[in-house]
Order: sequence, then C-alpha cells, then structure tokens
Amino acid sequence: MADTAPDFDQQELRDFTEQAKAWFQENTPREVDFMLPLTFMEVGTDQQFDFLRDWQNKVYEAGYLGAHWPREYGGGGHHRAFQDAATKIMAQERTPIMLNAIGLNWTGPLLIDRGSEAEKQSYIKGILSAETIWCQGFSEPEHGSDLGNAQTRAVRDGDDYVINGSKIWTTQGNYADYMILLARTNPDAENKYKGLSFFLAPMKNDGVETVPIRKLTGEYGFTQTFFTDARIPADCLMGQEGEGWLIAMQTLEYERGARSGQAGGHVMMMADPTDILGLAREAKLNGKPAIEDPAVQEELVALMTEARALGLNSRRDKIQPLAQDRPMSLALGSKLASTDFYQRLNAFAISLQGTRAAYYVGDDSAHDNGIWQRGYLNSFSATIGGGTSQIQRNIIGEHVLGLPKS
Amino acid sequence: MSASNATSDWARATPRIGLSEEQAQLLEVAEAFCRDKSPIDKVRALIDDETGFDAALWQEIAELGWLGIGVPENYGGIGLGMGELVPLVEHMGRHLMNTPFMATVLATQALVRGGSEAQKEEYLPQLAAGAAASLALCEDHADWNLENLTATASRENGKLVLSGKKYLVLHAASAAMVLASVALDGQPALVILPAAALGGRMTREKIIDDTQRAYALDLDGLTLDEAHMLPMDMTADALAHIEQAASLLLAADMCGGAFACIDVTLDYLKTRKQFGKLIGSYQSLKHTMVDAHQAYEKARSHLYSAAHVFGEQGEGEMAVHMAKAEAAEAFSFAADRAIQFHGGFGFTYDCDAQLYRRRAIMGCALHGDARYHRRKIAALMF
Repeated sequence: MADTAPDFDQQELRDFTEQAKAWFQENTPREVDFMLPLTFMEVGTDQQFDFLRDWQNKVYEAGYLGAHWPREYGGGGHHRAFQDAATKIMAQERTPIMLNAIGLNWTGPLLIDRGSEAEKQSYIKGILSAETIWCQGFSEPEHGSDLGNAQTRAVRDGDDYVINGSKIWTTQGNYADYMILLARTNPDAENKYKGLSFFLAPMKNDGVETVPIRKLTGEYGFTQTFFTDARIPADCLMGQEGEGWLIAMQTLEYERGARSGQAGGHVMMMADPTDILGLAREAKLNGKPAIEDPAVQEELVALMTEARALGLNSRRDKIQPLAQDRPMSLALGSKLASTDFYQRLNAFAISLQGTRAAYYVGDDSAHDNGIWQRGYLNSFSATIGGGTSQIQRNIIGEHVLGLPKS
Repeated sequence: MSASNATSDWARATPRIGLSEEQAQLLEVAEAFCRDKSPIDKVRALIDDETGFDAALWQEIAELGWLGIGVPENYGGIGLGMGELVPLVEHMGRHLMNTPFMATVLATQALVRGGSEAQKEEYLPQLAAGAAASLALCEDHADWNLENLTATASRENGKLVLSGKKYLVLHAASAAMVLASVALDGQPALVILPAAALGGRMTREKIIDDTQRAYALDLDGLTLDEAHMLPMDMTADALAHIEQAASLLLAADMCGGAFACIDVTLDYLKTRKQFGKLIGSYQSLKHTMVDAHQAYEKARSHLYSAAHVFGEQGEGEMAVHMAKAEAAEAFSFAADRAIQFHGGFGFTYDCDAQLYRRRAIMGCALHGDARYHRRKIAALMF
C-alpha cells in the first residue's frame, strides 16, 4: 500500500515535519499528576484510559496519526514518510503513548490490506480517533504460545455465531469495543489450523465478560475474557470460515514488524539506554559516583554496545549483501534480542541504586519514582508475550539455523 | 558537564552502517574466492607446511590487486580505505585462509600513515605488487599497549643500533621487510628491517593457532642506516592507526571465524543422533546455538559499522573497539561451544572445532581482548 505510493514533494514533507514538531512541542502534556503508562499494556485505571483516549484523539484530529492511511476511510492520504516523521517526533518529544495500539498497529493495517469495503468504512476512522477501542483474542489459558490449538468455539446459528470459551492476556479487554478473535468453527477439520476462523467481534454484547488480571507489578492492564453463549452477527466473520490461521498469522506479521502499514504513533516508551548513564553518575558506590567504578563501567559499555547493535542490526537488514547468509535471521532475531536486552538493562539500573533499589513506585525515596523497578517487572511481558524467549529460540533455531524440530 | 553531555549525545546518536559499491563487489568476489581456494583439507595440509601458506595462492591474491587496496594510487595502489579490506578478511576468516595478507596490509598501513615520502615511494609499490611484509610490535612484557617499548634503538656513528627482542612477528620468514617498534631516546620509533638484515635472527614460535606462523626476532646489535627509520613525529599517530586498523581486521577475521564454526557445529547437530534423535532437536543445544548466532549477528553489525566510519575521530575509534570486543566474544563463545557440542569427537585433533577455538584465542591475544577494548571505550566515554 503506502510503501509503493508515488514520490512526494520533499518540501511538503519538510513543512509537515516542522509543523508537527511545533505542534507536539506546544501540545504535549508535561504536567500530569498521575503516572502515565509507558506502554499500551499498562493501562490500568479509568483516569489513565480517559487521558490517553483524549490524547490520541487530539493527535489524530491534528493530522499526526494515520497520516498515510487512505483518506476515504479517515486517514490523511499522505505518503508513509509523513507519518514516519510525525512518529519520530512523538518519540523524541517523549509524548504520551497512543492508546488504541491493537487497532492502530494490527487491526487497521489488516483491514486496509484485506478487509471488505464495508469493514473499512465501519472501523478505520474509529480506530484512529480512539472512539472504538480494539483488543486481541488469540491466546487462551491452556495454549499460551500454541495459538494453532485455540479451542474457543464459534458455532453458526442462523444470522449469528455463538461463541463459547475463554481468551487470556487481553490488553485493554475491559475497555475494548471490539476484539480480533481467533475461534474454532470446525473441530473436525483435516488439521487444527483449518478449523479456525477470524472474527471482528463486538465486546459489549451479552455473554462477554472481562475479568482484570493483576500483574506482577500490582497493576492492571490485561483481562481474561469469557464468552458464554455470546451471540455475534454472522457478518463479523472476516474472510471465509477456515481462514482464521492465515489471517492471524498475517496479523502477527504486523505485530512483529515484518509487514508494514501500521498507523504510526508510538505505543511503547522504551527506556532510553542513555538514561542509565545519568543514573550511574548520580548513584554512589563506596563514596564515589558509581560511574567511576571499573566493573560498573565495563557493564555500562557492554550495554551501550548492545544497544547500538540492535539499531545496527535493523539497518543492516536493509543492506541486502549483508543480510543474505541466513535469510530472516535479523528480522526473526530482533524480538529476542531487544526484549532480553531491555530486561537486563532494567535489572542493571536497579543494581546501581544501592539501598534505594528497595523502593517502589509511590514512595518518595524511590529513584525516579521507581521507573526501573516497575520497568524490570513489566519487561517480562515482552519476554513472555508474543511468544516467549524460549519459543523465539526454537523459531530461530529451526527457521534460521535449520535445526530439527524439538 | 560538556563531557557527560557529549557522552549522552554520542550514545543517543543513531549508529551508522553502510556498504560501498566497492565493498559489495569485494564481498561477492571474496566469498567465492575464499570458498574455492581454502577448503578445510587444504587448511589442514598447510599446518605441516613450514611457511604455513600456499605461495601460488599468495600470487593470485597479489594479482587480484587486493594488496594495493589500502595504498594510494600515486604509490601504485587502488586508493580505497580500510573498510574495503573488511569483506576480504571476513571471508578469509570464514575459511581459515592463512597467508601473510593481514600482516602485509598492516605493515603497509604503517608506511602509508607514518612513512616519509622517500620510504613510501620506495616500498609501497612493492608491497602493493605482492611483496609480503610484517609488523614486529609485541614484546616479552605482553602488554597490548603499543607504546610500551623495551626494545631500543640508539644512534652510533650516524647509524641506528638496535637491541632487544620482538615477538609474535607473523610470517616473518616470508616477509621481504619487517617494521619493528623500538624506543629511541624514550620515544616510540618504527624502523624498517629488510629481510636481508634478519638472517639468523629469527626463531619460529610455537603458537596456539597451528594454522598461523609467528617468529621471535632478536634485534641485539642489528645496525641500520638512519634512512630506515620512519619520521618520529609521525610515529605515535602511525601506531594509533595500526592499532585501529589491526583491530578492525582482526574483528573481521573473528566474525568470519564465528560464522564458520557456527556453521560447522550446525552441520554436526543436524546429522549426529543420540538416544534416537538428532541432537540438534534438543533445546539445550539448539538454544545455545541461537545465542551464539545472535551474538555473531550483533558482532557483524558492529563490524560493518566500524568499516563504514573507520578513521573518523571519536566515532570511528569507538566503533572499532566495539567491533573487536564483540567479535572476540562472539567467536570465543561460538568456538568454545563448538568443541563441547561435538562431544567426544570435539576432543580430538581431527575435529575442526579446535582450529576455530585456537584461532579465537590468537585473535584476542593480538591487539586486545573484549575487556581491553571495553576499557578503551570507557576511557573515551566516561
């Protein structure tokens, strides 16, 4: 789609970028008297939700979200470079995140790429404006990383499907209006994948119940979702029955960044590795700044080196002669490399704090309001979610290195 | 405050990587050339050869013009940079191809950077055309600091008289000339030792990497014309350049080695069965191989970044130190696990895993291991 759009006016892009920069500098909320979520998976209170919904809406109305999505469905109709510029500014200005991540990054591009005209007309604008919040229903309690084994049932009954079963790790499940739902329509299909279908399922219907999950941080952000004879209109089916696995895999390609088309805007505020330098200067070790300690220095250098490697890897992946020895290696390796890195970065940051490491979010003594402690605990969502690091190693071992299946 | 801000700015800056057209071409040529010319049975056969390399192959390398890559055009070279040598050395590393190539191009770089006009005019065209050369930098104190010198030169009756010993002079027996570092009045100096001056002064050393050749040089009483000394006001800069250039090329060699030994190990894991299963299906082996591979990929990204920004003040040095540190660690880990994962076979001389592990140790011993280079980065950063 936008990738192949014709060339655009460079001057127009420069003007757009300048305006965006000015707009975000002017409009980014700086004084917020409660803790804002750093990622879309950490929206745990109504206050946070309302704030972020308003913020996303404001960014969209200003033209800095979905700037490259088709104009007829609510996008800005520009070349993708425009949205990329706006997204970069958001990260630079460290603005609050975009709330409706599943809609913006997965459902939206999926609908644009393979949705019907009616589906596009119905859903895309609401995704951008945050009027309709989306969640994802792939994982089930008994089948964490094994999506193909999903057992939630969808049974055709007249003009409806009747859904029974349960989904887990539903991000913003308690706020969502719609779920992209992977459910089994044919338990007798020739294999487990062909029995699956993909639905754009309303969440506010009878028989749909969400129970918030309390995370290891003590906060909320996910739900378990229960379907008990929940009726959804038959036209919620996307594509044909039996195409669920195919569509779900395409969706995961958006999630993993292997396919483009995302609406833009950052949905995660990752710790900046350089923040740790400030911490190492402030922290004391044996009466001296921790940054003067050779062992601390060596670990800092190793982490900075690794942070650079992550950035270099993704750039090298675009230099074909340097990325062809083992196809897909850099793309498939990036999740494992980056999530593992951020976990160790957070753990190291805690280790620099001396006795202050003992404090947590909410205590005045906590360093930077406990952002590293909370960040470390939350970092497991990325090393476990979306396929655990152990599953990632299986994938890389089998698909990149060609080792036999475990 | 400016120092700390500079560090943060540097750390936040987007690291750069790229591949020139020349690099891309050389990568393609080197890949096929090294694969064809250095099969593993040939590598093993050369272990028993006194010179340790194939003279005909050396001739071919000279004819390809590779020795002139880093030599300016007016001295008979091609006038490209160190970055263009990286794909060549990387592929030599992948195939354990052993020739005086690295020793020669580093000696060449010492002259390019630190030689007088007359010295460059005399020696560079020969080197670009295929005369082998080497550097004599190491000493008995085993310090990686190239300015820590106990070998000396003194002036007597208009001549230079040397004393002391140099070690780990790669391929010295095949070199037409050796550049040795010595202290003159307490300052570092580089002197050109023609092969003719080295007769009877060379002892082959028993080194851990059986595929390479190194010699100790006894300099005591060796007397030379002053014209053999590189201009001393350029020597500190030349030594710094040598360390950077050597670290870059060793990083390339070790990245290549890491790739190859991962490949060799994967082949074994895909064919060897134990308890009725291919051992590569066991996660304890599979996951470790993934970790080795991921470390290699990071090292390779650093390598080509360093090749891209080589020579830039600050950024270039930092990138080279990172490349060497990462390559050293990735290769050492991959080769260590290569021995282990070959089981009983891995414990034999016949298994190639030991060749890689020994080469990794050698690569760390020359111009610094990961810890040494991280200390250098720390000195630049903090």
